[in-house]
Amino acid sequence: MVSALDPAAPDPAVPDPEESAQRRAYLDHAATTVLRPAAAEAYLRAAAVRGNPSAMHASGRAARTVLDDALEEIGELLGVPRSWLIMTSGGTEADNLALRAAPLGVLAQDPARTAVAVCATDHPAVLATARSLAPTIEARELAVDAAGLLDAGAVEQVLADGAVGVLSAALVNNETGARQDVAALAAAARRHGTLVHTDAVQALGHVDLPALEDLDLMSLTGHKIGAPVGVGVLVARPEVPFAALSTGGGQQRGVRSGTLDGPHAAAFAAALREVLAERAEQAGRLRELAARMREGIARIDPEARFTLPEDSPQSGHIVHVVFPGADSDALLFLLDERGVDSSAGSACSAGVTQHSPVLAAMGMDAARSRGALRLSLGWTSTAEDVDLLLAALPESLRRARAVGALAR
Amino acid sequence: MKVLAAMSGGVDSAVAAARAAEAGHEVVGVHMALSTSREARRTGSRGCCTVEDAEDARRAAERIGIPFYVWDLSADFHDLVVEDFLAEYAAGRTPNPCVRCNERIKFASLLERATLLGFDAVCTGHYASVRAEGPGGAASLHRSRDARKDQSYVIAVMGPEAAARSLFPLGEMEDKAAVRAEARERRLGVSTKPDSYDICFIPDGDTRGFLERSLGEAPGEVVDTEGAVLGHHRGTHGFTVGQRKGLGVERPAEDGRPRYVVDVDPASRRVVIGASELLSTTELEATDLVTFEELEPGRAVSAQIRAHGEAVPAQVSSIPSEGDPLLRVHLEQPVRGVAAGQTLVLYDGDRVLAAATLERRTP
Repeated sequence: MVSALDPAAPDPAVPDPEESAQRRAYLDHAATTVLRPAAAEAYLRAAAVRGNPSAMHASGRAARTVLDDALEEIGELLGVPRSWLIMTSGGTEADNLALRAAPLGVLAQDPARTAVAVCATDHPAVLATARSLAPTIEARELAVDAAGLLDAGAVEQVLADGAVGVLSAALVNNETGARQDVAALAAAARRHGTLVHTDAVQALGHVDLPALEDLDLMSLTGHKIGAPVGVGVLVARPEVPFAALSTGGGQQRGVRSGTLDGPHAAAFAAALREVLAERAEQAGRLRELAARMREGIARIDPEARFTLPEDSPQSGHIVHVVFPGADSDALLFLLDERGVDSSAGSACSAGVTQHSPVLAAMGMDAARSRGALRLSLGWTSTAEDVDLLLAALPESLRRARAVGALAR
Repeated sequence: MKVLAAMSGGVDSAVAAARAAEAGHEVVGVHMALSTSREARRTGSRGCCTVEDAEDARRAAERIGIPFYVWDLSADFHDLVVEDFLAEYAAGRTPNPCVRCNERIKFASLLERATLLGFDAVCTGHYASVRAEGPGGAASLHRSRDARKDQSYVIAVMGPEAAARSLFPLGEMEDKAAVRAEARERRLGVSTKPDSYDICFIPDGDTRGFLERSLGEAPGEVVDTEGAVLGHHRGTHGFTVGQRKGLGVERPAEDGRPRYVVDVDPASRRVVIGASELLSTTELEATDLVTFEELEPGRAVSAQIRAHGEAVPAQVSSIPSEGDPLLRVHLEQPVRGVAAGQTLVLYDGDRVLAAATLERRTP
């Protein structure tokens, strides 16, 4: 530790990724998956091109070409014109545009559209944004059942008075993996003249996206598909009205001013190309790994409760499980110590695990959701990762339950 | 050893964790979130465990090169420290919540969790030293080398079993300036953070306001030692033995001398005020005795009743027995402002002998 006292020495805290990658199971792909080499290469190639894409000279045109190539590819891969794409800093910003800029734009056109409707289990980027619109716009929350699914009748009721400007529901829930029938929601919304948004951040690459003619708005992010953190996309039909909330040079329909970011767009395009090409094969592979995980967990701990029934609609890359009586903080620590990266899968502020609002909305009380664990798979996951988890689990559970049993 | 370092985000615990790691221990840093409604940023020296504090602790852990976690102990803290604080004030006593937090959270809840998770010891930034100078080589707790920073008083209540599983790497530091200098050299990023004062769960520093909001109003009389009513108050919990200001009495004393709270009796809702000499005593009575070694009547000790007070020469008068649960201590010189609920710590030189909680004396 002498080096710690020497300001010139390299930072001792930076771990060697080679060394740690060999003995760790990364089971938190739903948080951020592993960067794809193709995306990293595309980023570096694009970043080496000189010029601001909005400039009128030859360098600017070259930079603009990089960006337009990327947007065109993203559009082609998603099946939409590139003019439908608004590049953002990530999923949260895309959700903010969809739940704030769009409802305010709709309200400006039609003063009767004084509400938005959001799914009670949606990500805070959606929920908190919708709630922040009060008192101008009312946030109506759509209840879900124990499997995290919306009820068509309840949706119809919320839309009935025609006040809802934008209806939003995540395609795949970020915590449990529950998959919503967005096409059915869209059909209901269309009958009431309501715009439909889905946060597909967690779905992309894992489940088929809904037909885009059914949707008005869709949020995507790069770091869940192997692009770097810092890029997202809002797919928005051209007729969606937006209130300009951030002002500047008027780039991207005037909705999202700021220098256009070719390198991130190129990286996103590269990752998206790979993800969609591998989609069917990966989905099958991850489903098998998830099944191996479920079977192993059930064998190790007969008390373990899987949050979603196996036959309920869900994305195959997330296994959400509750170990009754186990302390979540302790379980995460013990698994981490044994080489397993996992998550309690709940809202996190400076690292504090809290009772999950998602599980609460599914009717699970705080006591029953203690001991929740989210294990999520991705493109680099292997059977060895699952086996490392299963090897670490018995002792980790034993100790985490002892902590959970500590008398107050 | 495998060591869990409690890291508040302040300079002391950061340097303590760094020293434990440097000594060759396998160290893991843990920031305890003690409040459910956390402020984003700290303001000055008040409050605690803000998000910013957790981030400062994490950055220090990164610099040291140790794993780092935030654990939510807010439920324990609320039940065992905040509720106790309120109940004690409601009972007319003067609690020290930092002592209770050390007794029930840091060296109980946290230590138990740590043990179950496979740790051998908990490390904190307290200024004190653990040695093996107790009976038969058992753990002994000592004052820190820097007498001004010594915190053995607020942690003595942990007892010898917990002390044996505790590390206080700052005990031998020369002074706080040396700790700050070391934090700077180690680039822990917290070297200029202000020290924390006040009660962490009352971030605005208004203890009386907090008590009134939590306990409600319970009006009563302010009386002299003869029982003559001199004024009225909104609740006995606004008063502490030894308090001089804010008595709510308009008429000055006949002899013109300052008056102090000499007794608080929530049962009759009476606050008794009187002259300064009524505050002084040479006889202490205490319960909840925790001993590092066996006490005997007649033993010469030094006694401390306040975190930043002097220890005074004293003698153990009697120890708890079946018919009499009290520890009695005779002081060689009178001390002022002894209030029920305060912690009494007995020393032999710099070595802690015992800790106990003072009981109410009837004036």
